[in-house]
Amino acid sequence: MTPRVTHTARPARLKVLAAMSGGVDSAVAAARAAAAGHDVTGVHLALSANPQSFRTGARGCCTIEDSHDARRAADVIGIPFYVWDLAERFREDVVEDFVSEYAAGRTPNPCLRCNEKIKFAALLDKALALGFDAVCTGHYAKVVTREDGSRELHRAADAAKDQSYVLGVLDERQLAHAMFPLGETETTKAEIRAEAAERGLFVAKKPDSHDICFIADGDTQGFLARRLGTAEGDVVDESGARVGTHSGAYGFTVGQRKGLALGTPAPDGRPRYVLDISPVDNTVTVGPAASLDVEALTAISPRWCGTPPAGPGGYTAQLRAHGGETAVTAEVVGGELRVAFAAPVRGVAPGQAVVLYDGTRVVGSATIASTRRAGAPAA
Amino acid sequence: MDQAVYLDHAATTPMLPEAVRAMTERLTATGNASSLHAAGRRARRAVEESRERLAAAYGARPSEVVFTSGGTEADNLAVKGLYWSRRAEDPARTRVLASPVEHHAVLDAVHWLQKHEGATVDWLPVDTHGRVHPDALRAALERGPGGGAGDVALVTAMWANNEIGTILPVAGLAAVAREYGVPMHSDAVQAAGQAEVDFGASGLAALTLTGHKIGGPYGIGALLLGRQDAPEPLLHGGGQEREVRSGTLDVPAIAAFAVAAELAAGRRAEFAAEVGALRDRLVAAVRDAVPDAVLNGDPDPAGRLPANAHFSFPGCEGDSLLLLLDAQGIACSTGSACTAGIAQPSHVVLAAGADPDLARGTLRFSLGHTSTAADVAALAAAIGPAVERARAAGLS
Repeated sequence: MTPRVTHTARPARLKVLAAMSGGVDSAVAAARAAAAGHDVTGVHLALSANPQSFRTGARGCCTIEDSHDARRAADVIGIPFYVWDLAERFREDVVEDFVSEYAAGRTPNPCLRCNEKIKFAALLDKALALGFDAVCTGHYAKVVTREDGSRELHRAADAAKDQSYVLGVLDERQLAHAMFPLGETETTKAEIRAEAAERGLFVAKKPDSHDICFIADGDTQGFLARRLGTAEGDVVDESGARVGTHSGAYGFTVGQRKGLALGTPAPDGRPRYVLDISPVDNTVTVGPAASLDVEALTAISPRWCGTPPAGPGGYTAQLRAHGGETAVTAEVVGGELRVAFAAPVRGVAPGQAVVLYDGTRVVGSATIASTRRAGAPAA
Repeated sequence: MDQAVYLDHAATTPMLPEAVRAMTERLTATGNASSLHAAGRRARRAVEESRERLAAAYGARPSEVVFTSGGTEADNLAVKGLYWSRRAEDPARTRVLASPVEHHAVLDAVHWLQKHEGATVDWLPVDTHGRVHPDALRAALERGPGGGAGDVALVTAMWANNEIGTILPVAGLAAVAREYGVPMHSDAVQAAGQAEVDFGASGLAALTLTGHKIGGPYGIGALLLGRQDAPEPLLHGGGQEREVRSGTLDVPAIAAFAVAAELAAGRRAEFAAEVGALRDRLVAAVRDAVPDAVLNGDPDPAGRLPANAHFSFPGCEGDSLLLLLDAQGIACSTGSACTAGIAQPSHVVLAAGADPDLARGTLRFSLGHTSTAADVAALAAAIGPAVERARAAGLS
């Protein structure tokens, strides 16, 4: 085990509210917090207004089975357990945001949004008001306390499991009350499962959830079609020539290759990718992979963990939950984050979050608003 | 008791020692009450003696006692069974008159009939205390074709409300139903042991009882059922219990249930006076600590169950309050809960016309035979700070 991060500013025994999804990670996180001597209370967030309709077995985080699994884990850990209904907040802040982002031709990350608005806002605020000191989750990330007592968010000790990307939206106040017991040890998922089994938590063998929890069947396109309806429009190439049709521009993501169903092959016979989505005229633009290369982006609504970058500086950036990191120069101009890539990157979709890192430290995150293609003139 | 301060006796109350004894004695005896041999006869005798004791405790004849697995089954048997049998006699009878403040065991059975059996439902109006008045029932009965009640299958209205404790004028309601020749069922699960429940005098066709609310065991209940009514069974099989409720009789539970019922009925007046005085102190203490707390249900002690106190705390969520009190070893209830354990705004408080936000911030404190002045003192000390905290957390 690596040496524990020192939490000098923290009292020894905290009142901790552990968010328990019913999965193995949050169960082990709660168990570790309790084993560390904290006074832990488990809470399962009911995020669907009608849990029965989301009944799909062991997937997602909205099923009655999951709330039962979370309850049983809390029993075994020996902590109080409650179910809190945050369905209305979740619907407003996450589901509707997800739908309207897609409707606007962007590709949102609902998990990030949930962390920002639900787990570390609605839940955290309620927890603090009720006298808790911290909210504990099963995320793989590390909170480091500096000498002056301020907090930093770092990548998890195990880089392969790192989830700091989806926590990049947290500001320092939120971090001050966040506890991620899983990020502090270099544990593989198999070891977490073994630890769960050792602790008597029967969720040890439960499969991971990968999908968007409020789209239980995993069919995002179907979900969006039900919410937004279908609207036939053109698929055009970079010259503006019509090469096919689609049933709703929102159904696409920049960089997408599959599912384009283009009747007319590209002149050079090479695969085509979605380059741009224009919800205004309901048009999807496609083109060759090379046209996906982006050399810079502008991102809005930045949130910083600590001090924002003062001038242009060298950082690394991560653009997707499971993406790698890439070297960038970043600066804040007029409240917007401008990022220039050292080498062009592909598949950058507006709506996604860009998270900036300084080494392992999360500097902040922002929502990608626009990109500049490699070779294109500066905007 | 696991919890230092247990104020949730309406959810379940500890078994009486005498009932525990009766149950454990029977657990070691072999014999199916339907068997013909000596062991079977001994079991049958224990059942019939218990039936007689239970009947005597609630003003019924022994033949009117149908043992069930509990209150939920008895409610379902009465509501669905009477609906089916009445409709079988006359296909026009598809209207159900029900109070909107019923326990989910009745409420959901009625909804099920509506959804799957072609029932139309008239929800009877209630006053601000959650009480159905006989004239409201009369008006509903006369809403049938030709101003009659020829299309009504049954009436159901509880004896006393499980959340807010209001006692309904059951005898008055039953008299009106009888006038129109319509059988009436009443869920007396909460009333039994606190209010005077006399089936024979009530004029009801059917009445629900359960063991674990009166110091008996879980998993046993009864439907008191007049001989004139034969509801269609929910469970088919060996034909036990007048062929209305098949299934091997649970002799130990029945024996313990009867002992508890007899004791509860015998001690009722004394218990009601004692627990009522303690409840009044609890209400005063809560109002002292939280002046704007709203007491739900009938404020007149004669109109509510003596062990019940039910409040709305403006600006609070019930589940926040429950967590804060639970952390201090005080057990109470927010009212009703769905399968996933999510606190819902109380349908009872909503039906009684309260603001939806007030329906979310409710807590029920219910006393029982083990309650003490120390329990009330502990709540009195804890409730003020808890409400202050819960208010800071607000309504999410």
